[in-house]
Amino acid sequence: MKLPAIVHKFSSPKNFYIMSGKMIPWFVWSFLLSLIFGLYYGFFVAPTDYQQGESYRIMFIHVPAAWMSMFIYIVMATSGAVGLIWRIKTADLMASVSAPIGAAFTLLALITGSLWGKPMWGTYWVWDARLTSELILLFLYLGFIALQASIEDPRNAARAGAVLAIVGIVNIPIIHYSVEWWSTLHQGATVTKIDKPSIHIDMLIPLLVMAVSFKLYYASSVLMRARGEILRREQNTRWVKEIVENERQ
Amino acid sequence: MSASEFFNMGGYAVFVWSSYGTALVLLGWTFISPIFSKKSIIKELKIKYRQQERQQQENTE
Repeated sequence: MKLPAIVHKFSSPKNFYIMSGKMIPWFVWSFLLSLIFGLYYGFFVAPTDYQQGESYRIMFIHVPAAWMSMFIYIVMATSGAVGLIWRIKTADLMASVSAPIGAAFTLLALITGSLWGKPMWGTYWVWDARLTSELILLFLYLGFIALQASIEDPRNAARAGAVLAIVGIVNIPIIHYSVEWWSTLHQGATVTKIDKPSIHIDMLIPLLVMAVSFKLYYASSVLMRARGEILRREQNTRWVKEIVENERQ
Repeated sequence: MSASEFFNMGGYAVFVWSSYGTALVLLGWTFISPIFSKKSIIKELKIKYRQQERQQQENTE
């Protein structure tokens, strides 16, 4: 299948650099506003949990971080596949620059989970399916980063990384369904259930706001990373030379 | 609710605040580091382009 020429033109590194530069301020400001609103609601409006007391407020970080860890992996594997099939440079680029952000969210989900597990379960860590598969996700991200860093040629690095990311996507449904397939200390899904979510509305609102906020964070952060990386990868083009020479130091 | 009650988090202060602290450090660093790396790339490229120009001039002379 061939993509229309306009897709290639629109996704050219130069166009991407210019467009993303215009979009970043919007993403950053809406991220900050939603973050302030989400934190305010999460700490001052959301009621105390009848079982977990105040400790459940870790959820407003932990759950969105865990969602992001999977979401970014899917973005990474998808753009890797797009780059592999249609040879779109910016798709390869998006896969590479997403990896460190995804790894950060995965690590955050693991750390906050263990900080929540200690007071609630009595232990920082158990080798159950949910925690182990999330740890494997962290290793997939780190493996992807290490693999790409070890290959000099950017095309080959993108190709190898994309294959790893696509194979590793099998882990995503395993993480999601792990709490249903295996017995675990980890609680089941409360928000993404088919019937009504079993969570108080004043807890659900800040949770969803924080989830949106983290998405906006990812959007701003990934575009900022991509722009720097474009300059490096396209350093032999005339337009990058012009941008660099006009930049004040 | 008083400020000390708030910071006490019903006795879970250590767990709640270290979670939020970890988020601040991890996400903060991930956010700020590309700003530094972009600056260093621009610096590097400026030097590279200047060297290229100098070589071109030497070749034409």
